Amino acid sequence: MINFEFSEEQIMIQQAARDYAQRELIKDVTERDEKAIFPTEHIKNLAELGFLGMLVNEKWDGGGMDTVSYVLAMEEISKIDASVSVVMSVNNSLVCYGLEKHGNDFQCNKYLRPLATGEKIGAFLLSEPEAGSDATKQRTIAKDMGDHYLVNGTKNWITNANSASTYIVIAHTHPEKGHRGINALIVDKDTPGITLGPHENKMGMRSSDTHSVMFTDVIIPKENRIGEDGFGFKFAMKTLEGGRIGIASQALGIASGAFERTLQYSQERKAFGTEIFNHQSIAFKLSDMAVKIENARNLCLKAAWLKDQGKPYGTASAMAKQYAADIAMEVTTEAVQIHGGYGYVKEYHVERLMREAKLTQIYEGTSEVQKIIISRSLLK
Amino acid sequence: MKILVCISNVPDTTTKIKLSSDKKSVDLGGVQWVINPWDELALTRAMELKEKSAGKIEKITVITVGDKVAETTLRKALAVGADNAVRIEANPMDDYYVAAQIAEYVKKEPFDLIMAGIESSDYNGSAVGSMLAEFLEIPSVSSVSSVTLEGDSLLMKRAVDGGAETISTTLPVVAVVQKGIALDPRIPAMRGIMMARKKPLIVEEAAEIDALSEFVNFEMPQAKPPVKMIDAENVGELFRLLHEEAKVL
Repeated sequence: MINFEFSEEQIMIQQAARDYAQRELIKDVTERDEKAIFPTEHIKNLAELGFLGMLVNEKWDGGGMDTVSYVLAMEEISKIDASVSVVMSVNNSLVCYGLEKHGNDFQCNKYLRPLATGEKIGAFLLSEPEAGSDATKQRTIAKDMGDHYLVNGTKNWITNANSASTYIVIAHTHPEKGHRGINALIVDKDTPGITLGPHENKMGMRSSDTHSVMFTDVIIPKENRIGEDGFGFKFAMKTLEGGRIGIASQALGIASGAFERTLQYSQERKAFGTEIFNHQSIAFKLSDMAVKIENARNLCLKAAWLKDQGKPYGTASAMAKQYAADIAMEVTTEAVQIHGGYGYVKEYHVERLMREAKLTQIYEGTSEVQKIIISRSLLK
Repeated sequence: MKILVCISNVPDTTTKIKLSSDKKSVDLGGVQWVINPWDELALTRAMELKEKSAGKIEKITVITVGDKVAETTLRKALAVGADNAVRIEANPMDDYYVAAQIAEYVKKEPFDLIMAGIESSDYNGSAVGSMLAEFLEIPSVSSVSSVTLEGDSLLMKRAVDGGAETISTTLPVVAVVQKGIALDPRIPAMRGIMMARKKPLIVEEAAEIDALSEFVNFEMPQAKPPVKMIDAENVGELFRLLHEEAKVL
């Protein structure tokens, strides 16, 4: 049976996210983007509304919401500000989800609770200067010292690096065992030996804080390892499966945000004596954009639904992420084109959405990596 | 102290209005329903009063007259923070009918403060609050832009020409509130949305009351005539058009 109806709660969450984005985020989104200011106050407000740990079970102080609601909320926030939605996505679907699914009670009590309420936020440290798509080539070492690990190495492109209090760090303990020698460790950001590189001066999502993080003889207790020894790579891959739904929904929101602005603009702007929507060349562009967005939305919701049903969703989330990211780039580029000169200036937002779209094709698995995942699944 | 907030279930304010073919009603197919914006502000102020009252305000109830569709709107009011909700099972026909239905309920379940938005964004009747006070034979204050709780009494403020007046009344009272009563409507938090499911929403039978009026005909506003652009240099033409066509000079 197929049912495309949303529940009362799902609609309420969608509206709550929309209200906050359209009422509050819009006010300073351009300034934060230009000056690369982290949205501290907005994150605090969204935490109070429960968006930062919305997927976490209520027993750990989370919102207890389903993944479908999460897709709806991510789309609405991303329509206005992807720098804010990426904080929400990393915290919810990488850090909280990874901890809740694979952490033990001690770890959940100590670390998951404050992350679920949004009192603290988290970061996921996987990428390295020379290990991006090929995540098995970790050079960060977590040396087994008996009762603790000694961590040394560098992580790159870390979202929330400065604003987070809790890190999940992926590092090699037994390089000779290949990816089976990797561990995932929960690390307090203020542990001695951790230093941050400068804030990255990015093309888009400039309001989110991205840094490299250096570890020099950082002592991490054994109790902070997630799962058995050597579980880290599997942990990272499993967690990223869910993370993809968040970024896919973000890309969807960037596309639909650009589309909504463009549809409105096309009914106001006149050329050759009529609103530009009445020119078939523009109307057909909008028609193509609408179809792509609808497809992306359905892929995101399908992946979310599979996850909520406890069914395998790795391929579905890869399809959603690859497609939504790619069409976000296409749709935002067309949005700028339809806006003409106005699209190229900051006041109309679409140029920013276009810059934001680009990142969704790169982070949390490039579009090419998604194609590796999808194509491998075809032969299973 | 108990507060009742009267909620009108109205089409979203961005809805494109279409009329039925006989022009006697509005075509409500596909409409997204929301809390009437003035009622939403009333509820927000009620929540603020309760939170600051240190337990003095024990309960906020929301009430609407409408069919099952209105329950989504009531559920949102519960998610925002109302304690319980009442839906009177009836089609809200006119102001008199709605006010009389709510009055019947309040006669059974008394409240100290009854808040109603000054108008609803659908039919803009602007009469339910005051009529309700008449039915209940209690005071009402119109155009209230501020309600505060001072000790055991409520102080209400409203704008008058060139200033403001503060009013205190005996309780119970109906406060007909306008914009300014609260800054922004509240966005429901995740926890509120979850709890809303468990809060009581009761359905009351409608009392036997006849509406006193009916809609005879609706008309859409006339489309605006196209704008005429006049060159900035051509002041004479501007005066001629204002005089001969617009007839304002």
